[in-house]
Amino acid sequence: MDQLEKEVHPKILQALLDAKTDYTFDDALENEMILNMGPQHPATHGVLRLLLRLDGEKIVACVPDLGYLHRGYEKMAENMTYYEYIPHTDRLDYISPMANNVAWVLAVEKLAGIEAPKRAQYIRMMIAELARIASHLVAIGSFAMDVGALTIFLWTLREREKILDIWDILCGARFTNSFTRIGGVANDAQPEALEKAKWFVDQFEPNLEECEKLVNANRIFVQRVDGIGAISKEDAINLGFSGPNLRACGVNFDLRVNAPYLCYNEVDFNVVTYSEGDCLARYFLRLDECRESAKIVKQVLEKMPQGEVLANQPKKVLPHKDEVYTKMEELIHDFMIVNFGINPPEGEIYHAIEGSKGELGFYLVSKGGGRPWKCKIRSPSFNNIQVLPKLVVGQMISDVVAIIGSIDPIMGEADK
Amino acid sequence: MNLKELVPQKLKEKFPDITFHISDYKDELTIKFDKKNVVDVCKYLKEDDDLQFYYCSDVTAVDWAKRKNRFTVVYNIFSLKNNFRLRLKSDVDEGNCAIDSVSSVWGSANWHERETYDMYGIKFNNHPDLRRMYMPEEFEYHPLRKDFPLMGIPGSLPLPKK
Amino acid sequence: MGLESYIKESGFIATKLDAIIGWARKNSVWPMPMGISCCAIEMMAVGDPKYDIARFGSEVMRFTPRQCDLMIVAGTVTYKMAPVVKKIFDQMPDPKWVIAMGACTSSGGMYRSYSVVQGIDQFLPVDIYLAGCPPRPDNLLYALMKIQDKIGKTKAAEFKNLPELNVIQNN
Repeated sequence: MDQLEKEVHPKILQALLDAKTDYTFDDALENEMILNMGPQHPATHGVLRLLLRLDGEKIVACVPDLGYLHRGYEKMAENMTYYEYIPHTDRLDYISPMANNVAWVLAVEKLAGIEAPKRAQYIRMMIAELARIASHLVAIGSFAMDVGALTIFLWTLREREKILDIWDILCGARFTNSFTRIGGVANDAQPEALEKAKWFVDQFEPNLEECEKLVNANRIFVQRVDGIGAISKEDAINLGFSGPNLRACGVNFDLRVNAPYLCYNEVDFNVVTYSEGDCLARYFLRLDECRESAKIVKQVLEKMPQGEVLANQPKKVLPHKDEVYTKMEELIHDFMIVNFGINPPEGEIYHAIEGSKGELGFYLVSKGGGRPWKCKIRSPSFNNIQVLPKLVVGQMISDVVAIIGSIDPIMGEADK
Repeated sequence: MNLKELVPQKLKEKFPDITFHISDYKDELTIKFDKKNVVDVCKYLKEDDDLQFYYCSDVTAVDWAKRKNRFTVVYNIFSLKNNFRLRLKSDVDEGNCAIDSVSSVWGSANWHERETYDMYGIKFNNHPDLRRMYMPEEFEYHPLRKDFPLMGIPGSLPLPKK
Repeated sequence: MGLESYIKESGFIATKLDAIIGWARKNSVWPMPMGISCCAIEMMAVGDPKYDIARFGSEVMRFTPRQCDLMIVAGTVTYKMAPVVKKIFDQMPDPKWVIAMGACTSSGGMYRSYSVVQGIDQFLPVDIYLAGCPPRPDNLLYALMKIQDKIGKTKAAEFKNLPELNVIQNN
């Protein structure tokens, strides 16, 4: 027991054990075992540490230990301007990087009172939905890989590479591309990028079906995940589940419909829900959401209006680069905005978007300066992991892997 | 009736002796009140039939770095039935750095309050498991306070030897 | 391949032991992916069919350190995570090499904050620093090729002075 207390901090042990636990080791088979599913593990998606208390192979209690990727995002936000923070938001949910950019920029635009032009809104919608597809592809692939089906991971990654190619043409970087700017997007979408996006959504459906055929009717896969990790509707809402996890419990809640942002009220899509709330429902929901997102991208490509991609507000929006090099006022504005920030009025806002994992929100407090006074990132994975101890109680260890895969946490976001 | 008027009206009816400061900035309603009534107000907002604020998005704190009422604890809640977002605020002084926990009302507030404790040092009374969230347990400071430097305090976090 | 051109008729080649051991070691480097954050995704992309790492000999990415010889630290290392990385590095058998992938591991990257280690060379001996945020998969393959060159040229006599060996003997 002393050895155990040296390895695990006593406060964490206290949370894991309850008053009834007796750890005098008379009979090794009679006692419960404390297992450390450490930060470095092939199946925890990233650096998530789980301390499990096991009775044989059944789990009695589980305490997640976060913070192995805590990089100090909120403190850094207080020390840099709103523009400088855009690349940092990329690395929050690093599987769907464009969506975080869109969330941050929308929050800052709400605070500063800027409205981006229509074409920029449509481009943002397209990249956010492509980010959602990319994220769900990785989630599906790694979930199936954790359960044992290795091929589907390579096939979904192959699809994801096509999306990364689209982003490469659009903004120059495969991923962690800080493409959005306050007031619009960094540059106009090239015709090649739009053509490639159209080609992608046309060939996406049959390829996704091919991936599905591998596992959907596979007896082993279905038995491994059916009925595992079920949660009821009320518990899900109470504990803060959001995104695909919440919709798999039967709650028809999608921020794109309930609190619309960008131009989602102009495109037509369904909000998919399932009612069982277990791992299989979450898996099917992500597959269906990929299809819905492909539908949205198709409509966005058809409806994309022509026009500017940056708003015309010289004091707050960075001017075009060729004007900065040739004209005087644009040079001065560029200098002031980059060095001193955009100075939004004093106040606070909270803006959330439907990210691929759930509700990604930014709470910004401004005191009138170029840097935010406080920035809180409401990350969906943080809340999703909070539900994990409730889901794993009573299941076996191999189910823990399936449950973590189906919740799809991203530690960069959960640890901020 | 518009929810922006309904919520303050209902709160004033139910709790006549609490002073509420209502403000509306960029189409978002914020209600500020004294910290000793937190659990009652939150419970009422959740359980009332018209309001039904079942979903707690976020619990955090703001450090104003001035002498009196240094911290403000902020609750962002959402009502699924009405699609309405509300913000509740309540001041906490540095001397008596404690406030009641609302984790009995909303389960999702549990970890958010732990994170607020870790980052700011605000204690939450009646919290089931108040531990640090991100920093290791042996860490003595609270990083998001305004007097903590960005690069950290040298020596506060140990590093293994080469 | 290369070897058949040396064996003309009788099946004897004259070589130094160093060269043949180096050749065998460098063409079967098994990486230990210490995937922590965003760079881990590009490391996953190196494994996928488009940028195939298996053709370089790194057929499997074993997640157990006992079977690997190259540790690719991909992602930001925080002070809380540093003892874990060091422990895994210590568990790897000799000879071992480290690639510091990305800006975060090389120097703290864009995170100049209280909880990020400003460069993993403060507690790990690094062989290759890879720039990029995240480095493209082609970049990681180039680093792997550079490590293969280094492994091929390392003489066996140099392994006797490794500091890690002293640590194991003294424990």
